[in-house]
Amino acid sequence: MNTPPPLLSDAPETDSAADLATPARNRAAARLLPATRFAGPIPWVIAILIALVMIAAAGGLALKNLATSASADLSAAVTVQVIEPNPELRAARGAQAVRVLTAMDGVRAVRLVPEAELVALLEPWLGEGATSGDVPIPALIDVELSRSAAPDDVARITAALEETVPGARVDAQSDWLQPVYRALSALQWLAVGLIALVALATAAAVWLAARNAFAGARDTVEIIHLLGATDRQISAVFLRTVLRESAFGAVVGAGLGVAAVLLLGQQFAALDSGLTSGGGFGLADWLVIAAVPLTGVLIALLTARITIAFALRDML
Amino acid sequence: MNDRHAGHVKFDNVGLRYGTDPEVLSNLSFTLYPGSFYFLTGASGAGKTSLLKLLYLAQRPSRGAIRMFGQDLITMPRERLPDLRRQLGVVFQNFRLVPHLTAFDNVALPLRLAGADENRVMKAVAEMLDWVGLTHRAHAIPATLSGGEQQRVAIARAVIARPRMLIADEPTGNVDPEMALKLLRLFEALNNRVGTTVVVATHDVHLLKKVPDSLIMRLNKGQLSDPTGALRYPPRPAAAGEAGA
Ligand SMILES: Nc1ncnc2c1ncn2[C@@H]1O[C@H](COP(=O)(O)OP(=O)(O)OP(=O)(O)O)[C@@H](O)[C@H]1O
Ligand SMILES: [Mg+2]
Repeated sequence: MNTPPPLLSDAPETDSAADLATPARNRAAARLLPATRFAGPIPWVIAILIALVMIAAAGGLALKNLATSASADLSAAVTVQVIEPNPELRAARGAQAVRVLTAMDGVRAVRLVPEAELVALLEPWLGEGATSGDVPIPALIDVELSRSAAPDDVARITAALEETVPGARVDAQSDWLQPVYRALSALQWLAVGLIALVALATAAAVWLAARNAFAGARDTVEIIHLLGATDRQISAVFLRTVLRESAFGAVVGAGLGVAAVLLLGQQFAALDSGLTSGGGFGLADWLVIAAVPLTGVLIALLTARITIAFALRDML
Repeated sequence: MNDRHAGHVKFDNVGLRYGTDPEVLSNLSFTLYPGSFYFLTGASGAGKTSLLKLLYLAQRPSRGAIRMFGQDLITMPRERLPDLRRQLGVVFQNFRLVPHLTAFDNVALPLRLAGADENRVMKAVAEMLDWVGLTHRAHAIPATLSGGEQQRVAIARAVIARPRMLIADEPTGNVDPEMALKLLRLFEALNNRVGTTVVVATHDVHLLKKVPDSLIMRLNKGQLSDPTGALRYPPRPAAAGEAGA
């Protein structure tokens, strides 16, 4: 009854421990330990954070696109006003200005805004007086340049009109929109700041989760460490868990994020305003948005790796 | 492995203290000869587990030098320790089974850590469980095993990879005398047939007499005494030639 197990019989059909001491593949490491669990809500927290980053990123990109297309439209436009109280003289100078402008280089289109249109525009502000002719209104000319209006374009037009059309005033329309651009750019910075904060929160959540998972399994880790597991084998087990849980969070978060972005996009499209139509996303924008969940998973893996490396360093 | 001390474990003036407490082990100098069978005895608190922890590389000594299988443990970089640990079989005082792995998977751990082929793992573990009489409990997790069953799983795990040195801390404390004797025979077989150096810490003086060629190390308040002369002389004729200076 006390014969030793065949394993220990003299014929060394099995290798000795020394012969076995080849580094194990990670595939084998996967079988060593049951997957450790993240604290329950962590994947959902990651999902929410990733959805928030995606929405902020989409918002930032939409604002950027909007600002670019609006400035492309508007900066190519210049307005010329001819200020002259005498109606006949004003009409003559307006016509003169149109002639000068039409003859200029880099001008694509010139349009003298009809007085009736101006009156209609002003009536709500100035009341009946605007139509009576008591209040002098300037002649207004829309000039469309073939490219964006640089300051010297404005200067060139001003110089050309100065000689021939007294009382002409030239404005680049983009000047009027400077406050709007500033607001848009502030919103973009806000989006960037939000993304940075939420990314930080994601990293912190993952760090806590990895640390908890590690503390919960510390006993197990110590045992397999003493049985000769390498740091690589041990961290492979945790990285597998972190990868699984953060991938879950990323997929759910990406779903939520994309749904929110599409929904918002539809709402804006429904407004059908000339401005928002420029906020649509191109391929590059979608790539940036898709990079968010991937980056989230990478941050999770990196954080977990560093956490585990530190915890293992405490063991001999 | 041409080092003629390749199989030895040599302690030189080793001391161990935990934190700033006084030393629990002092001035330990001895050599464990390859293929010998040692019992480590001593009262509770004498430092048996502490000495074994040094042997199974869970602790570094506070002072002194330790060489194991021809390598200096004190200067050995951390990354090389797993390799050395895989050549040891350890039965921990409180078993230390992985709680969420079945008996089978616990026994399989050393082989899987070493990257052994899964077919061979299956065969070897099944054999070993059969031998310790736990085939019917192979898929139970440790919490559902009795103390004696857990102990047998721990022992199966310690010997499964045919270690170069077996270190067992009170390995028969939880089993009946008949099973204790059977497990002791397992250690002897490993010792005789594979040439494993065996170190067994025990309170049980009856056990000492059961292994004829065994050598006894006695710990008393952290100091070693040497009733059989095991530590001073090459303990066996076979080892005598290797003793050297
Ligand atoms: N981790 C530790 N930290 C501080 N002191 C410790 C630690 N482990 C053991 N000791 C102390 O070291 C001394 C020796 O303990 P050790 O466990 O080595 O004794 P032992 O001979 O194995 O006892 P037993 O037969 O009861 O298992 C004891 O006084 C114990 O309190
Ligand atoms: Mg003890």
